[in-house]
Amino acid sequence: MSFLDVLYFIIPSAIFYAAPLIFTAIGGVFSERSGVINIGLEGLMVMGAFIGILFNLMFVDTFGAFTPWVSLLAAMIVSAIFSLMHAVAAISFRADQTISGVAINMLGVAIALFSVKMIYGKGQTDYIQERFIRFDIPFLSDIPVIGPMFFKDVYSTSILAVAIAILAWFVIYKTPFGLRLRAVGEHPMAADTMGVNVTKMRYIAVVLSGALAGIGGAVYSQSISGEFSHTTINGQGFMALAAMIFGKWHPLGALGAALFFGFAQALSIVGGQIPYIDQIPSYFLHILPYVLTILAVAGFIGKAYAPKASGIPYVKGKR
Amino acid sequence: MSNRVVNILVPVISVILGLLVGAIVMFVSGYDPVKGYIALWNGIFGDSYAIGETIRQITPYLLSGLAVAFAFRTGLFNIGVEGQLLVGWFAAAYVGVAFDLPMYIHLPFAIIAAALAGAIWAFIPGLLKAKLQVHEVIVTIMMNYIALHTTNALIRIISDGGDNTGTIKETASLKSAFFESMTDFSRLHYGIFIALAMVLLMWFILEKTTTGYELKAVGFNKNASQYAGMNVNKNIILSMVISGAFAGLAGAMEALGTFQYANVKGGFTGIGFDGIAVALLGANTPLGVVFGATLFGSLKYGALNMPNAAGIPVEIVSIVIAIIIFFVACGYVIRYFLEKMNKKKEAK
Amino acid sequence: MDYVIEMLGIRKEFGSFVANDNITLQLKKGEIHALLGENGAGKSTLMNILFGLYQPEAGEIKVNGKSVKITDPNVANDLGIGMVHQHFMLVENFTVTENIILGNELTKNGTINIKDAAKKIQKLSEMYGLDVDPNAKIEDISVGMQQRVEILKTLYRGAEILIFDEPTASLTPQEINELIQIMKRLIQEGKSIIIITHKLKEIMDVSDRVTVIRKGVGIGTVITAETNPNELASLMVGRQVDFKTIKEEAHPTEDSLIIKDLIVTDYRGVEKVKGLNLTVRKGEILGIAGIDGNGQSELIEAITGLRKVKKGTISINGQDVTNKKPRQVTEAGVGHIPQDRHKHGLVLDFSIGHNIALQTYYLSPISNKGIMDYGKVSELAKKVINDFDVRTQGEDSLARSLSGGNQQKAIIGREIIRNPELLIAALPTRGLDVGAIEFIHQRLIEQRDNGKAVLLLSFELDEVMNVSDRIAVIHDGQIVDIVYPKDTTEQELGLLMAGQSIKEIEVNQGDNQHVE
Repeated sequence: MSFLDVLYFIIPSAIFYAAPLIFTAIGGVFSERSGVINIGLEGLMVMGAFIGILFNLMFVDTFGAFTPWVSLLAAMIVSAIFSLMHAVAAISFRADQTISGVAINMLGVAIALFSVKMIYGKGQTDYIQERFIRFDIPFLSDIPVIGPMFFKDVYSTSILAVAIAILAWFVIYKTPFGLRLRAVGEHPMAADTMGVNVTKMRYIAVVLSGALAGIGGAVYSQSISGEFSHTTINGQGFMALAAMIFGKWHPLGALGAALFFGFAQALSIVGGQIPYIDQIPSYFLHILPYVLTILAVAGFIGKAYAPKASGIPYVKGKR
Repeated sequence: MSNRVVNILVPVISVILGLLVGAIVMFVSGYDPVKGYIALWNGIFGDSYAIGETIRQITPYLLSGLAVAFAFRTGLFNIGVEGQLLVGWFAAAYVGVAFDLPMYIHLPFAIIAAALAGAIWAFIPGLLKAKLQVHEVIVTIMMNYIALHTTNALIRIISDGGDNTGTIKETASLKSAFFESMTDFSRLHYGIFIALAMVLLMWFILEKTTTGYELKAVGFNKNASQYAGMNVNKNIILSMVISGAFAGLAGAMEALGTFQYANVKGGFTGIGFDGIAVALLGANTPLGVVFGATLFGSLKYGALNMPNAAGIPVEIVSIVIAIIIFFVACGYVIRYFLEKMNKKKEAK
Repeated sequence: MDYVIEMLGIRKEFGSFVANDNITLQLKKGEIHALLGENGAGKSTLMNILFGLYQPEAGEIKVNGKSVKITDPNVANDLGIGMVHQHFMLVENFTVTENIILGNELTKNGTINIKDAAKKIQKLSEMYGLDVDPNAKIEDISVGMQQRVEILKTLYRGAEILIFDEPTASLTPQEINELIQIMKRLIQEGKSIIIITHKLKEIMDVSDRVTVIRKGVGIGTVITAETNPNELASLMVGRQVDFKTIKEEAHPTEDSLIIKDLIVTDYRGVEKVKGLNLTVRKGEILGIAGIDGNGQSELIEAITGLRKVKKGTISINGQDVTNKKPRQVTEAGVGHIPQDRHKHGLVLDFSIGHNIALQTYYLSPISNKGIMDYGKVSELAKKVINDFDVRTQGEDSLARSLSGGNQQKAIIGREIIRNPELLIAALPTRGLDVGAIEFIHQRLIEQRDNGKAVLLLSFELDEVMNVSDRIAVIHDGQIVDIVYPKDTTEQELGLLMAGQSIKEIEVNQGDNQHVE
């Protein structure tokens, strides 16, 4: 394999593995920017993955080739509703946000597996028939070098992921909504005195994170795993959380970090087929994202600061 | 209503609400909740074997609960108990397999190795927190995954590519012939005594020692502690190290007691995360942890009887536990309603 | 009579605590109306009701004669009421423009039109002579400038009535003068102003009328020109107040604290104490006067071992304590009443008894070979609670549950009962009522009379003038002069604090006399 061949092989798979992380990490950016820590991303993603597969299996006859997309929508809605639980606890009930996130993670897995066993009578679902498909982007895929790397055999969900990240950047940095969101995460009382409804902003942000994590989960299950069991998500949500932090709570940073982590995952899975890479024990590629994240938060790769008010419930009138 | 009563009522109400939600979920899913909870009850207390296994299950929960609670008491959220438990598990199993020593050396050696491994694993987030103000939640989450991959890789290395360390030597085992004969050959082992001793140790450190006073002060207010001449960094690291040692011991219970080996894992054991629930329900006190561990350990083990006896998936218990955590975390609201009810009573 | 704002019979409860009870405040158009009261009297609560942050339990609010319900800040904004908060409500990493338009953004095609907004703000700023750069980040501009951003926030929203909550608390004297000018210009432009304060001098300088509240109860409204500071003080406190603290002449003996050429940096590495020299003798109270932010906090933290010294030396009773750990400094005979009692002084979630043991918990008889004797902790706590009149249900009550004055008494008791050779009191009376202030002053003087050295840091000129035997004026990290209270005036101190030397002051006063 020539070097270029390696790139043609590895870059599309990196993007393939990155897509679910991008969605979920962007969801995390919304939530944390509003001042609500969301380590429940894993549970929300599990829910999305499960609903995606369930819906896909149930309605494949109705929707045919569109099934994955409709399932994606269903997963998005269910995870958004599920995230309301975290929102109520963290925002209205002043719960410890980390603990509430832990509860969401446990509950997501428990509900999904309970339902799988109830419906299928075993620990995993059947394989879906209709998955997200790859296609070549006309014209762009014909560009030499770049074409085969980025535009040949791509998943439309990957394009959507990148688009969502850019859209999130635009929303957070260019619109009144984004300005208010950031203000609420930095200094909620200031925002409150300026007539911004802190509670409402935080609810919207958490539900957005639920919706996006749901999409992330459904993309994972419908493009990568093809079924749902207890090992399907297995830490993807935490890796998305890591990407968000490594990306310094910035949508484009999170996009970059997710792509990088996707690259590491791809290497650990397909690296055995690539000369030289196959010499590196996959162990190092497995732990790379986590080690990098620790280095990032420790300030060895540029200090990352969380939004100032993150984790602190806002109580009106308290100074 | 005194503060003390409210502090006890909040977890009790949370447990009741959790079980209630569980019943509703069973009912809505077309199962019979009464049958379900009877199966759960029998799973816990049905016969001497079940009781033995339940206590066996409670053992690591005690330790993971202590680990989380100890860190909490000193102002740290150790969400990395899971990873510390895994390295403790591996360390104990490795010592148990690799050495030939008389029991009075081998067993303590294996136990201490586990505690040490957990402590070292927790030392890293403690150090980063103390020196660089890095939030321990993020670091410990990442350390969990590193632990999972590292222990798996190590098990593969020592087993020449296999996925199991092999059974530990009898000289390192916590197996108890006495308990086995009493509980119809359940896997109940002597580890329960270690766990209970650690409960006492935590109480002693926090309530009786000068170090405990310092740890609590640092947990509540670092600035005031520094003002009072305490070494804040040392206390943060110490707190994480002790917490990690408890977690490592939880791993030793699995390695030397329940399983007698360490194996490659596809995911986490859940004992570390459930430790958060245990600590939270027990309000981070040693005695509370005993209650929390007893409840959650019993639920977890008893649930295994539910698929056979009532046809209900075991995950129903995980749902119940998650809901309980959720309600305890929302204790503010429960307190609010308790106060309101109290006022109404007084008004009458 | 036309009132723009009328608050009639306002009552506000927090649980069983009544913060406002039947308070009436009427604001005329074009006046500066002062709201006077001690800390905790309920001034901020009343204003937060007017601004829509709290809802009153009883009473009526009228704006321009019409009865209104102000349910949230948006309603207040719509009614033309704007608030300049004491603790600025500014997002540090936002620009001035972003802070001002937040919640009321100028948009173009759904995106924020930051350019036009900045232009609009520039215009407003020029109109009122505020001189604010719309594109600067908040974290990069001075405190005085940040306050102007707060003012601009209200003007941008078309406020006609401006509420200033303790606006001079952290300003330099020049900034205070400029603020007064700005207020006068606002009045000229037809705005009306309510200023919340407990500083009598400011009220006399700037206001037209004064409404006084005491312990949540409205006492009445007086016309400033027809009253004097003494009358206002007794209205505020409820009894005759003698501002002069009674004390004997000091009899200082040998040097206790000696600081030589001290240089200390803040957390960013910026020098805050710049070659400072200072000596405090046994048997005297040395007061440090200065405006917040001139290196006082860094100085105290350096002496007590909480902050590294970059250069210079500090010695206490002949013992070198430069860069020693806090505990070593404490053991050298230092008692320290810290500037922020909630941050450094107390572990709020510990019982008050545990807090009283905070400096001696590791010593015999409380600690023996690493084991605590909590019985001894209780004994010590009971003694301090008794001797220092700490009002609490008992030594097991949480420190959090005590009032500020009692928390402070517990801290002072904890420090004094150890019989320190040098007592450092940083802002010991901040936020306390008059009774507690008098008690604390007496205790400081008592220490001095026992032949101990006392170092007092205060931002309140009256306190420095009344309690100290000598006053060291700090400016820009250096002691610019040392004066005696009986030989100086508040005016002179104010100018020294602003960085002028005695010579300059004399020349200027000469000039002024010529002009007059």
